[in-house]
Amino acid sequence: MAKENSMGNIHEKSPWQDITEGGFVYGPGNSVYFNTGDWRVRTPKWDPEKCRQCLLCFPVCPDSSIPVLESKRQDFDFGHCKGCAICAQVCPFGAITMGDAGEGADE
Amino acid sequence: MIEIRWHGRGGQGAKTAALLLADAAFETGLYVQGFPEYGPERMGAPITAYNRLSETPIRVHSNIYEPDMVVVVDETLLKAVNVQSGLKEGGKILVNTKQAAEKVAESFPAFNGEIWAIDAVGISKRNLGKSLPNTPLLSAVVRLTGIMDKERFFSDMEHAFAEKFSAKPNVISGNMQALKEAWESALHVNG
Amino acid sequence: MSKKDRMSGNQAIALAIRQIDPDVIAAFPITPSTEIPQYVSAFKADGLISTEFITVESEHSAMSACIGASAAGVRAMTATSSAGMALMYEMLYVASSDRLPIVMAAVNRALTGPININADHSDSMGANNSGWIQIYSEDAQEAYDNMLMAHRIAEHEKVMLPVMICQDGFITSHGIENIEVEEDSLVKNFVGEYHPKKHLLNPKEIIGVGPYSISAYYYEMKMGQFHAMENARKVILDVSADFEKTFGRKYGFFEEYRMEDAEFAVLVMSSSAGTGKDAVDALREKGVKAGLVKLRVYRPFPAAELAEAFKGVKALAIMDKCDGLSGNGGPLGAEVRAALYGKTDGIKTINYVFGLGGRDIHVKDFFGIYDDLEALVKGESRPDCKHIGVREKR
Repeated sequence: MAKENSMGNIHEKSPWQDITEGGFVYGPGNSVYFNTGDWRVRTPKWDPEKCRQCLLCFPVCPDSSIPVLESKRQDFDFGHCKGCAICAQVCPFGAITMGDAGEGADE
Repeated sequence: MIEIRWHGRGGQGAKTAALLLADAAFETGLYVQGFPEYGPERMGAPITAYNRLSETPIRVHSNIYEPDMVVVVDETLLKAVNVQSGLKEGGKILVNTKQAAEKVAESFPAFNGEIWAIDAVGISKRNLGKSLPNTPLLSAVVRLTGIMDKERFFSDMEHAFAEKFSAKPNVISGNMQALKEAWESALHVNG
Repeated sequence: MSKKDRMSGNQAIALAIRQIDPDVIAAFPITPSTEIPQYVSAFKADGLISTEFITVESEHSAMSACIGASAAGVRAMTATSSAGMALMYEMLYVASSDRLPIVMAAVNRALTGPININADHSDSMGANNSGWIQIYSEDAQEAYDNMLMAHRIAEHEKVMLPVMICQDGFITSHGIENIEVEEDSLVKNFVGEYHPKKHLLNPKEIIGVGPYSISAYYYEMKMGQFHAMENARKVILDVSADFEKTFGRKYGFFEEYRMEDAEFAVLVMSSSAGTGKDAVDALREKGVKAGLVKLRVYRPFPAAELAEAFKGVKALAIMDKCDGLSGNGGPLGAEVRAALYGKTDGIKTINYVFGLGGRDIHVKDFFGIYDDLEALVKGESRPDCKHIGVREKR
């Protein structure tokens, strides 16, 4: 069996014997191991000058990719941001803009 | 093995009577089956219930088509149902009726077994104050099967009633009188 | 010491449940299994069990509640029949793929269409590929005994699959028969306690149950179930052997009755097996080499063992209490023929459909079946699949 507390050991090449019994998923918060950031086509850009820290953006992020530290949002978690642009839609201050396709994908 | 078929109407307790008989026979060490033929519960519709009583384990799980004995809980069924169907040569028919066995026998002109009559409703009313014909019928059926003598039966039933009616001990004596009267009063003619 | 008693199949199951005292029962009433949750609620009201009895609004919810309870780490049970089981079908597959050892008392009843309350096997046969272990009972005694074995099979670490214990509705569920019952303490000791290795309520190890499996994982998950079902074969036999050692009653994948030198055999399940045995005895008196096999374990299917049991037989009747309307006989017929193929070629077979919707089968019907088998061996022709006990114009 795979090391059951490390779901990172189970992947799309794992033989059936390594899949946990019943498909049980061990350990909470394991979606952090799944780098959805490479799905991103358009990359959001955060302008800290325009940002008023109203925090309307972080709760709408479907991938929890806007970290908040001491009540202040930080720059994006580009390892997981899929570039859905919802944050850019809700920002009242134009502090989040979306880059063009392919632009800044490596940020 | 003794096979018995009960004919009653939904709600009259033929199934309960069959289960009571299975209980009584079980207490004598016999192998027993007691089962109704189930359908949608319809008060008043003709129903059948069955018993098998045997000294060896019973494996067959079909209905009974050639009974040794037929018990008719409601005499109005005599006109509605062929209760004699498949009854073995020399078998027994017990009918719950106010009429004499001779009169009941007129319903079975081509029968060569024993025809028994018992006024289970009358016995019940006299001893229990209401119409609960199952107890007297059970007594007559046990007598007809010959699975145990009356002393044993009465003593078993007294224990069963004492358990069942522990909160209402006055009901016990009425039931016991009904059993005893029924045992003695069932009368028969040869068909 | 076993105690001689008499009770119905439903009472026997209820007694087993009281003795097992499972943690959770979630059930919705449906004839003819309704009595089981009724007895359970009476036990609960009388303080005889510590079971959490969950009344739900449907069988889908009953199985869902069992899944939740079992995933949380407790023993969960239910009882159902017919359309109730059909309403569970979706969740039956979830229970088995989540590898939850839920135990169901199934009281077989025809599936609706047309509506009917009496016995046949269409309900559990509809679930025969749901990943549940299926064990069928001839009478109240077997229903009781199978229920006492169910949890040990289901909860075995190499199995971890749900189990349904089936018996024929009304015929055995509501008929009073003799039975030997065991002492509470011995039953508790035999069944043992359930301590799952993994469960949802363990704060030290947080888990998720029932994840979406994309095609990269679904097949591997099914392989896990496949091997668990394979492992169940040995576990069923081991638990049955321990049951025999403890309580003295012997069980295997199936029971062979007068098969030693049998030339004409019948394979049948549940209550009709007893009726068939009476026919076998009567035929043996007349010198007919008749035998009977009663299949107890239908899932996992003991194909190799059945082929071995029938290897000396000239003709075999496979009896389905369910017409799958498949155009190829009933489900048991198809599986047994597949099991024999290439192993015991030369055995002539007829697949009989019988007993649909509570149609009675009696000893004389079995005589007709053995007559067919003899005629077949003599070279007369008989259909591959035959319906018996049905009215038809000749």
